[in-house]
Amino acid sequence: MTEYNGYVTDETIEGADDGPLAEKTVAVKDNISTEGVRTTCGSAMLSDYVPPYDATVVERLKDAGATIPGKTNMDEFGMGTTTETSAFGAVENPAAAGRVPGGSSGGSAAVVAAGDADLALGSDTGGSIRCPAAFCGVVGIKPTYGLVSRYGLVAYANSLEQIGPIAPSVEGAAELLDVIAGPDEHDATTQEAPEADGSYAAAADGDVDGLSIGVPTELLDGADEEVVETFWDAMDDLEAQGASYHEVDLPSVEHAVEAYYVIAMSEASSNLARFDGVRYGQSGGYDGNWNESFANAREEGFGEEVKRRVLLGTYALSAGYHDKYYKKAQDARAWVKQDFDEALDDADVLASPTMPVPPMKRGESLDDPLTMYLADANTTPVNLANLPAISVPAGETDDGLPVGLQLVGPAFGEREIIRAGSALA
Amino acid sequence: MSDPAVDPEEVRHVADLARVDLADDEIERFTEQFVDILDAFEALDDVPETEREADLSNVMRPDETRESLSQEEALQNASDTEEGQFKGPKVS
Repeated sequence: MTEYNGYVTDETIEGADDGPLAEKTVAVKDNISTEGVRTTCGSAMLSDYVPPYDATVVERLKDAGATIPGKTNMDEFGMGTTTETSAFGAVENPAAAGRVPGGSSGGSAAVVAAGDADLALGSDTGGSIRCPAAFCGVVGIKPTYGLVSRYGLVAYANSLEQIGPIAPSVEGAAELLDVIAGPDEHDATTQEAPEADGSYAAAADGDVDGLSIGVPTELLDGADEEVVETFWDAMDDLEAQGASYHEVDLPSVEHAVEAYYVIAMSEASSNLARFDGVRYGQSGGYDGNWNESFANAREEGFGEEVKRRVLLGTYALSAGYHDKYYKKAQDARAWVKQDFDEALDDADVLASPTMPVPPMKRGESLDDPLTMYLADANTTPVNLANLPAISVPAGETDDGLPVGLQLVGPAFGEREIIRAGSALA
Repeated sequence: MSDPAVDPEEVRHVADLARVDLADDEIERFTEQFVDILDAFEALDDVPETEREADLSNVMRPDETRESLSQEEALQNASDTEEGQFKGPKVS
């Protein structure tokens, strides 16, 4: 175990003898199924759940020779921005004492930042790979929706989430993406990426000469001053290496974080209905009728943030409110998509700070869910638009707090963001 | 559009629909928080109706039996089973 509580379970899973990851340890987020090794999703509901099968990405890791050193701590079911909602305790930030590691893949980013694993897998529904990568000073990639199989990923909001790599360098993250990407017959939403030259790792050549970068002004407005300064310093660095940038308008992103939460909570309320304590998970006992038993199991098994989202999702989908919330959120999603597509017609990639704020102090977000939700303003639009994005270290604030720079590419344009990001890390 | 009225009764009703028991202090806290959160969601009223491009195609495969989990594996995480089946609470 680690002193910063990065792992929920530190059981080692050996991979094949040979393969591209034969010398590497790859930690796996605890919402990704591992056959025979418990998979808790950071929830008391699943504290004893042992999957009878491997997620596709875990099969691919093993085939590639990786050693899995353990299952990483996370916000319960992926619901959080700070990795403080885990039933197994909060994770500390190895790169910034007293601060949160970001979430929800906080354990995965922390074990990589601390050097306890070479690489890690996270999942990103609204920023859950990019946020902890930014807060812990490492690299994280959220792939294009459909590039990586979600088979065996315990669902939070299916239409938004992707599994992706976390690594100390862009090249390392790209090497891991090479292993996990590609269609899977067990996940009908995966698709073959359009043909392109070379591996993702080969795209990490740092060549940004002639690269055109769009900067959405909406994603800088309201961001912390030191974060913005650090962001522009990194942009100057890219410019010095031959890139150019121009400002772009994405009016739709002003509504993205609200749309994201309505859609994610709605999907969560449906997905988490399966946890009734009968087939798996915390049992509600056998007294009373089944509704009472289920409600009892879910009261005991779910933490407060999960209950909050399940209730709000149920509310948003209920008769009389569906059109007001869910339908409008889907309109916003389509609008965000259009905005990004247009901006990417005139730019190779789009850049912004990954998070509008530096890592928060531990404990300060728990009583104020709305403020925590709003911190996802820059990451959630990318999930709504199904696009790929990377977070790379941009520098630090005066107090030494890590700041991440996010690069967004066109659908299946992972090579563009890897190439651009590799000029910085 | 008027503000959605969220009161403890409504939170209790939604919790009932979602099959989640809540303690009284949780209901009180959620009621306060939901007022703020739903107020923020009001911003969606300004979103224009937008056409959604459905870039979807069906994925098909032959309808053939294939290997799957054994009954024992499927039941291994259940809190109680009987004669190879899941055992749940009373339905009535």
